[in-house]
Amino acid sequence: MTAAVATAAPDKPRAVSDIGRAGKFLFWTSVVLLCAWVLVPIYLLAVNTLSSPAEVTAFPKTGVPSFDMGSIQFFLSFQGVLKALWNSVLVAVLTMALSIAIGAPAGYALSRFEFPGKATFRLLVLMTRAFPLPLLALPIAVMFIRIGLDDTPVGLALVHTTLAIPFSVLITFSIFSGIPLELEEAAWTLGCNRLQAFQKVVLPLVLPGITASAIFAFTISWNEVFAASVLTVQNRTLTAFLLQSLSVSPLHLRFAGGAALVVPALIFIFAVRKYMFAMWGIANR
Amino acid sequence: MAEIQIKGVAKSFGSFKALHSIDLTIADQEFMVLLGASGCGKTTLLRIVAGLESPTQGEVWIGGRRVDQLPPRERGIAMVFQNYAVFPHLTVYENIAFGLRMKKLPQAEVDKRVKRTAELMHIEQLLKRYSGQLSGGQRQRVAVARALAMEPDVILMDEPLSNLDALLRLEMRAELKGVLANSKTTTIYVTHDQVEAMSLADRISVMNGGRIVQAASPVEVYRNPAARFVGSFIGNPPMNFLPATKNGDGRYHVAGIALDGPSKGGSRLEFAIRPEDLAIAPGGLKATARVIEPLGAHTLVTSEVEGALFRAVLDSDIKVAPGDELSLVPKADRIRWFDPETSQAIN
Repeated sequence: MTAAVATAAPDKPRAVSDIGRAGKFLFWTSVVLLCAWVLVPIYLLAVNTLSSPAEVTAFPKTGVPSFDMGSIQFFLSFQGVLKALWNSVLVAVLTMALSIAIGAPAGYALSRFEFPGKATFRLLVLMTRAFPLPLLALPIAVMFIRIGLDDTPVGLALVHTTLAIPFSVLITFSIFSGIPLELEEAAWTLGCNRLQAFQKVVLPLVLPGITASAIFAFTISWNEVFAASVLTVQNRTLTAFLLQSLSVSPLHLRFAGGAALVVPALIFIFAVRKYMFAMWGIANR
Repeated sequence: MAEIQIKGVAKSFGSFKALHSIDLTIADQEFMVLLGASGCGKTTLLRIVAGLESPTQGEVWIGGRRVDQLPPRERGIAMVFQNYAVFPHLTVYENIAFGLRMKKLPQAEVDKRVKRTAELMHIEQLLKRYSGQLSGGQRQRVAVARALAMEPDVILMDEPLSNLDALLRLEMRAELKGVLANSKTTTIYVTHDQVEAMSLADRISVMNGGRIVQAASPVEVYRNPAARFVGSFIGNPPMNFLPATKNGDGRYHVAGIALDGPSKGGSRLEFAIRPEDLAIAPGGLKATARVIEPLGAHTLVTSEVEGALFRAVLDSDIKVAPGDELSLVPKADRIRWFDPETSQAIN
């Protein structure tokens, strides 16, 4: 048997082109699979959202949307949807503003100053993500009820800010670190004080990155469902509202709701994709 | 009119003493070069004068005004950074105008000064470009123009040429010298390149280990090093050193020959001579040639004298081969002596 194998396959290295072909096949299969992983659900969501309610439940599927706005119209006229949408936007905008207002100065301090406990601080910022939200949600709910923040957009925005801050701190940290200190120093020698140097030199350079990090905070809040479900009752955000009502809704409504959640997040991420790559590129260093 | 006085300036970073009580006066319109190896404290000293670093001790005076507690913008200085620090989001024009706009000068004056300094630095055709569209040498010109446009009392330069390639460095060096001489400002220029220091400076401060070892004119620093370090740091190839012992007759014996030493010298000294101050003649130091490097105008002979490395720059006409025995006679007036204990020069 061994002898037979030896004669059948002499111990000779395979041609490079063979390996190249196998490698190429593996590479393209992975690419296709990964793309399908992301794109197929989005495609199904899009097709069903843009089909009439009858088509959604019908079988067999055509796979091509009929561009019937029935589902969307029904969804938008559904009791409470517009209010939930408004709440979501409100909470996400508040989260965006808060996480930049708190995160950017922290990122600047981390990149520009030496202070005791700096390394610990960087670690602690990340630690806020180490506790599972379900663990924290109940105590937070109790506390919010005591101080009257329960069921308010501000209260929820505070929780979402906590979730978004690690990202905004570390992202802005890497953005600021990408600006050479000499640029600021040059501005100081040319007549600026610290604030003016920041306004005239650092800010214009970091603004695109800061915007990207703000939009990232927006999508974190927009997509968050657990804290939103626990902490709001009357003023539900869209995610919490859909979680509550969609399980008992017809199929076409669920697709419309899903699209309403996914599309804004997709558009935002698409708009800032350039900075996302840049940000992670810097952050990985 | 801006004389710079540095009085007892010391700087510590934690337990590390970067500068040990520096005293230095730089005359109005003088071109002072701070020269030293990396980590000797030269950049720290420059940044203290600029106000980007605060001294742990001591005072800095510019033009009769104490400035060490003032922020950089109130010191009447302009600085050129090693990596140029040209603002990437502004055009060359706005870069040069930046400091003038901060001073709230009228637009006509801003325009006049930008045009003039741009012309001086030969970048008038680049005014509409952004820093990303410039080469290293062009950015360097913008950085210098931006500093000159401020018409400062003092220009501080932190290794401004070190990021340029060799040919460009040579060109910019000559140009900088001309431009700065005409601008009549006081200049402090930090470099680790001794050739740059020699060619630019009115006076060189050689620094080592956070101290100024010698502050003198380039020729003085070269001919009469105040310490063994200066002799070995400046000059390429560096100075040669050999141990010397005083004999009963009061003369010093160096590698088998007797030389007249300084009157104040102790029983042991260090003999020093520049490689180019040696000639082949009978009755000199016994040397064994090891490596012969013809350099065109001269030939560099690396030899061994009593087990120590000894270099001589000789006329390229000489015929030497590795292993040859040479007799190298030092020029009597170029011999220098150092105390082996303190490393200081003895006259």
